[in-house]
Amino acid sequence: MLIIGERLSVISKVVREAMEKRDAEPIKRIAIEQWKAGAHMIEANIGPAEDIGDEIMEWMVRTIQEAVPLPVSLDTTNPLAMEAGLKVHNNEFGKPLINSTSFDPERFIFLELAAKYNAPVIALTVGKGGLPRDAEERVEIALKLLEKAQEYGISLEDIYLDPLVLQIATSQSQAMEVVKAVRLFRELNDPPMKTIVGLSNLSNGCPKHLRPILNKHFLTLLMYEGLSAAIVNPEEVRETIKTVNVLTGKTLYAHSYLEI
Amino acid sequence: MKFSIIKESYTGSVPEITFGKNRKVSFGGEKSLPFLFFEGEHPHKPLISFEVQDSPPQDYPKELAKVYSSVWDDPVRWAKLCESFGAEAIALRLMSIHPDTTDAKAEDVADKLKKFLNEIDLPLIILGCNHTEKDAEVLPIVSDVARGFNCIIGKAQEGNYKTIAASAMAGGHSLIAMSELDVNLAKQLNILITQMGFPANKLIIDPMCSALGYGFEYTYSVMERIRIAGLIQGDPMLSSPMVADVGFYVWKTKETQAEDENSQWGSLHERGIIWEAVTACSFLLSGAELLIMRHPEAVNLVKYFIEDLISTKEK
Repeated sequence: MLIIGERLSVISKVVREAMEKRDAEPIKRIAIEQWKAGAHMIEANIGPAEDIGDEIMEWMVRTIQEAVPLPVSLDTTNPLAMEAGLKVHNNEFGKPLINSTSFDPERFIFLELAAKYNAPVIALTVGKGGLPRDAEERVEIALKLLEKAQEYGISLEDIYLDPLVLQIATSQSQAMEVVKAVRLFRELNDPPMKTIVGLSNLSNGCPKHLRPILNKHFLTLLMYEGLSAAIVNPEEVRETIKTVNVLTGKTLYAHSYLEI
Repeated sequence: MKFSIIKESYTGSVPEITFGKNRKVSFGGEKSLPFLFFEGEHPHKPLISFEVQDSPPQDYPKELAKVYSSVWDDPVRWAKLCESFGAEAIALRLMSIHPDTTDAKAEDVADKLKKFLNEIDLPLIILGCNHTEKDAEVLPIVSDVARGFNCIIGKAQEGNYKTIAASAMAGGHSLIAMSELDVNLAKQLNILITQMGFPANKLIIDPMCSALGYGFEYTYSVMERIRIAGLIQGDPMLSSPMVADVGFYVWKTKETQAEDENSQWGSLHERGIIWEAVTACSFLLSGAELLIMRHPEAVNLVKYFIEDLISTKEK
């Protein structure tokens, strides 16, 4: 499973301040920590970043790739910032990931960028009309998105369908709808469609000590359904991923399996 | 309609191992399952090494005695005889150190080995006697004597891997890690050895050999599972080349020794050779890259088998 390190996010105070001051040290340190904990890709979440988003994204991508030999997942709703990031991204370490498009016409620009830069893209299964009610509605939107993506000439293998994880504290029944959606998404194509979640949104608003517990157990359910990628805190889910891989036979068991 | 072969995609590959000082030889390095040349690169043929013992063997049956008894009191002459049979590598087994045989001291073996290394320039595998404690005592000294000769040392087991792996690493040798017919234990031992800093690309797995009719299927299926985990699941701890210590197990069996003229088993000579050759060929199919064998005619049969399979490469 593709592990994308989530910690470089504008939501974090340390990261936000580093971004404002262009202070590379904390950015690099957090990138390296995630790389060492098993991340295959580092997310750069700069938020909407309306004014100088392009400058910030450019700086983030460069700073991250100076510290770690990994591709970057570019998370912004600002198309200029997205394109700036794609332009400077060092593809020697792998392709960047566009986070994200959805079935909202304002977000189709990201499909255009995915085609232009030959980059995989996350497709959130939400439309303009609000959050999806259940797994079936997510599938409906996914189908429309796939059709749209093909209009832009994007191959299905470059699309990661994201069922949108919601908060357990406010939308408890959505957890199993997301699990079901992962299963149904996979069935939309052969080979199965790729799927992705932003895991920690599940425990947003929950007491701090509960968050890792909720996240890890939810990831277990999602992995069982064949989830292909997750935006996570790699350190937090390291043991879960290794253990589920052993339980499902993807990795051969050895007493020291957690140490490698 | 054009016929196209469905190909497996592999995520792992087997490291290549080269050993020997002046004369070198390599095995491993393949990127697909055994002999599936159309699916991935196979840079080397499987390698057959001839077994030589450091003292006159006490358990060689008649068919082996016929070949080696004139030279077996001198490992150097023995190895030269093997060389004349076309040996590309020698596996020197230090049976003299076993507490149940002559319980030889490490220093005595070290002297013998020095002489051997001076006289024989074939790539060398140095094997203990499979007695956990005694091997742990002798193999470190042997590794040091052979420093710079780029040998393969064996066998490290769960109970003695620390000292043996550390000394093999210090001596710059490759290492055989043996576990008892269990794919999980094989992985665990490789993890433990590499955690000591031993380079994973110098490790060879011995899944524990057996002879046709005597637990053969267990070794075969463990080897298959190791190779599949290493190549298809891309498990780096199970992608090491594998050794099959064939002769040691085959020439203990009844079929290589029974001389009953009235039985329907046919000629003992042919039977013994075939028993070793069939066991060896089968382990090549399950993934062994390195064989340790005894009878020169059995070796010839296995070489013929390898060439025959390789000839399909061009077709």
